[in-house]
Amino acid sequence: MHLELSGLTKSFGSLVANDSIDLVIEPGEIHCLLGENGAGKSTLMNMLYGLLQPDSGEIIINGEKVVIDSPSAAIRHGIGMVHQHFMLVPVFTVAENIMLGREQTRGGGVLDRKKAYARVRELSDQYGLHVDPGALVEDIPVGVQQRVEIIKALANDAEVLILDEPTAVLTPSEIDDLIAVMRQFKEAGTSIVFITHKLKEVKAIADKITVIRRGKVVGQAEPSASEEELAEMMVGRAVELVVDKQEADAGDVQLEVRGLTVIDERGHTAVDNVDLDVRAGEIVALAGVQGNGQTELTEALLGLTPVAAGAISLGGKNITRAGTRERLEAGIGYVPEDRAHDGFVGSFSVAENLVLDLFRRAPFSAGVALRTGEIERNCEERVEEFDIRTQSITLPVSSLSGGNQQKVVLARELSRSLKLLVASQPTRGVDVGSIEFLHKRIVRERDNGTAVLIVSTELDEIAALADRIAVMYRGRIVGIVGADTPRDELGLMMAGASKQEAEVEATEHPTTLGSME
Amino acid sequence: MTTTEATEPAGPTEPVEVERTIESPTERAQRIRYGSILLVLAAVTILLAATTGDGRAAFGLLGGSEVLGSAAAWVGILVLLAATVAAVVLPFTGRAPRATAALAPLLLLFAVMFFKTKGSASFSVPAGATAWTLAVLAVACAVVWVLRVAGGRLNGLLGSIVVIGFFAAFLCWAVAGKNLAFPISNQFQGTLNFATPLILGALAGVVCERAGVINIAIEGQFLFGAFTAALVSSTTGSSAAALIAAAATGVLLAALLAVFSIKYLVNQVVLGVVLVVFATGVTGYLYDEFMQENAADLNTPHVLTAVKIPGLGDIPFIGPILFNQTVLVYLMYLAVAVVTFVLFETRWGLRVRSVGEHPKAADTVGIKVSRVRYSAVLWAGVLAGLGGAFFTVGYGGAFVKEMTAGNGFIALAALIMGRWHPIGATVAALFFGFATQLQSQLQIVDTPIPGDLLLMAPYLATVVAVAGLVGRVRAPKADGEPYVKG
Repeated sequence: MHLELSGLTKSFGSLVANDSIDLVIEPGEIHCLLGENGAGKSTLMNMLYGLLQPDSGEIIINGEKVVIDSPSAAIRHGIGMVHQHFMLVPVFTVAENIMLGREQTRGGGVLDRKKAYARVRELSDQYGLHVDPGALVEDIPVGVQQRVEIIKALANDAEVLILDEPTAVLTPSEIDDLIAVMRQFKEAGTSIVFITHKLKEVKAIADKITVIRRGKVVGQAEPSASEEELAEMMVGRAVELVVDKQEADAGDVQLEVRGLTVIDERGHTAVDNVDLDVRAGEIVALAGVQGNGQTELTEALLGLTPVAAGAISLGGKNITRAGTRERLEAGIGYVPEDRAHDGFVGSFSVAENLVLDLFRRAPFSAGVALRTGEIERNCEERVEEFDIRTQSITLPVSSLSGGNQQKVVLARELSRSLKLLVASQPTRGVDVGSIEFLHKRIVRERDNGTAVLIVSTELDEIAALADRIAVMYRGRIVGIVGADTPRDELGLMMAGASKQEAEVEATEHPTTLGSME
Repeated sequence: MTTTEATEPAGPTEPVEVERTIESPTERAQRIRYGSILLVLAAVTILLAATTGDGRAAFGLLGGSEVLGSAAAWVGILVLLAATVAAVVLPFTGRAPRATAALAPLLLLFAVMFFKTKGSASFSVPAGATAWTLAVLAVACAVVWVLRVAGGRLNGLLGSIVVIGFFAAFLCWAVAGKNLAFPISNQFQGTLNFATPLILGALAGVVCERAGVINIAIEGQFLFGAFTAALVSSTTGSSAAALIAAAATGVLLAALLAVFSIKYLVNQVVLGVVLVVFATGVTGYLYDEFMQENAADLNTPHVLTAVKIPGLGDIPFIGPILFNQTVLVYLMYLAVAVVTFVLFETRWGLRVRSVGEHPKAADTVGIKVSRVRYSAVLWAGVLAGLGGAFFTVGYGGAFVKEMTAGNGFIALAALIMGRWHPIGATVAALFFGFATQLQSQLQIVDTPIPGDLLLMAPYLATVVAVAGLVGRVRAPKADGEPYVKG
């Protein structure tokens, strides 16, 4: 299918999310749409999928102008989409999710589950996707959920498949599987629009690259372009992709975790007998695919979730039973993984958010009253120091961009003197420019002698920051390795292999992304 | 793990291993909470046993007709016993939900009653000894629950034994040494009566909330249904017309709920309460202004008569309870089956559940979220309207102001206690019906407990049940959340 977008424009109020975008997607091509978060990639694809209506411009399929006013119209025209946040009903089975909207019935509206199961198996076998039609979606790993989404699109006979940030939740080897599946589709004549901000993936898979910045197409690039060139097109200026940092000068053990076990709400062992040390002046990165216990581990460190067994001590003091406020006062700084949910109060101003954990003490309060002057002064200093881009310090934090929101959170945490900084996904959904800044600040905090624990699912980030890497899988730490460990080995460990197994396997079967290094 | 396995991350074919050997803190808290409720019940049972008077406790039964020969009766008993065993065994094999085991003691009880109805119309047991036996059994079961023997797989059975043991001991205590026999058949029959509107209302709630629209207005729909049924039955003399009209006014109020919640995105809880007040006002006004003055013409509805189903109605004990009822009760049976089937086995049901869980996902596969929600809310209106009709043409006769007396809210409680599942909601509604009927029966038997206190019992039970169970229930994810495109 030949798909052409011509002059598509969409504004939300005064913000022009897409400004006269032109794009041509040839049959059987893998077309990468590269751009930072908020550049307008998703808006564009939502228009193509009928979830949003363009203000002006045309969509042309096989030379004919079409109007796509609903997802069902998009499906009718052979467009399928795998959304970044999966559009799956968690309490439904795989088959129910796939048949939803196009149910086959045995007459009288009674579902024909047998046929639905057979169809799922058929598609699953055809592309080697290994999906069990009877499994509940909430019980299967995210990688498999993504395959369910892909099958959903295939079941609708999609000729163009839009993948919106599909690799964010996958392990390196799952990404490799996905790349293989994408190539299979390409051979079968299906076009793929691959939306991402990850440069390595773009280079590995794209036939054609279109770069979008601030709602406009800024140009096309060849997959042979260097990462630096692509990053510059994407951001609009030269960026340092790797932070300059000295060898760590590690001191005494600050955080000592012994035999930590956490049971989650559903009764599963989320953190399983974990031992971990973080020394003053070093960055330990906790690598792993999302949902392998990292969240629960950090929450246990902060006292946000009860500990079933084990002990945590900070600077030699046992804090296993301490409350969250005591722990913060003992010198733990915390950047939560979901900043919009746990990191700040969206409707509060920048100034208020910057003292969320400090307002209780001088100089920010006197008796029961807050001293707004001091709070504003503090805010102005932090805004200056952290280069927080905001029109006014009285604006609600929710109106800032993701990168600036994260700077607010980090600025607040670093305004206390810390023994330990725990930062979960410190740069998720953050623009490249801000990533650079946030990384530098984290490294500077390390150099000041703070112990730093970073939790990240992005191997690039781990490679950029870590002095040591602890890999987590199904609640266990499968190994603690050096910062120079190759990407493929880390990927295998993230799938549960031991260090030795990973070493052997990585040399025998390098992945597409790994072999690019 | 070997290296070859390591190349297949997260095991594409194998589901995530679910380890249930360790109890989560939440599960533990839950177990202790329910355990304490059961222990309290068991302790009260002991207290009852200790204070049970001398003499025998008599229970009355409606005998079955003699159509069934003794051979048929034995077959019936065997069927009931087999069902009892099945209810206990099936949950262990994973072929039925755990809660199924709760049916076992009830089925066993029915088997005993079935046997007892042969011959005499009543029987008696030594009150003290029976109460003590039940008390010991209840304590044992509560303790086993708390100790979490068999990993909680016996919970359905244990809970049910404690509850039934408690009620049985309570009856022994209440009627010990009295000449008056406690009418057991009446108790069950009345349970069904009180439960019928609750079940219809709770089903209406299930359908609405599964589609993501909170329906607090069931009470209002009841009032509309009750009023209209009385009016139409009085003026036309046709019961069919009365039921249809009641369903129609249920739909009318549902339409208001749908338009304001789906189109105008009004807060659904506030909206529901407003609609109840509105329905109370409208029916109250019409009653005062017109109906009361012309009561002879407008408020003398024809109450539905019980229709005995040939064959089934002749089964001893069970027959008169289940199969000698009004059309409305039969409609209720049908509604439970139909709602369950439609929600889980049909295209419409799948779509209703999808818009209640994840409307955006439904939208992206081309389902019109608003249209599905409208249809669910309107169909639910039919059920709630019929439930309302029960108060007048189904049971009570003439319409009285605010006669539904909070039953719509009890239906709501049944829906929550039944975990948004049609069968669960039905069981919960039956429990509330049982409590209400027990209270009215005990007033007749003349117990030492004041009537007003007894009247409170079902509501107290509601609070306890909902508070104790609400922790582990999971409402439809998008329940009460309006869906805005984009």
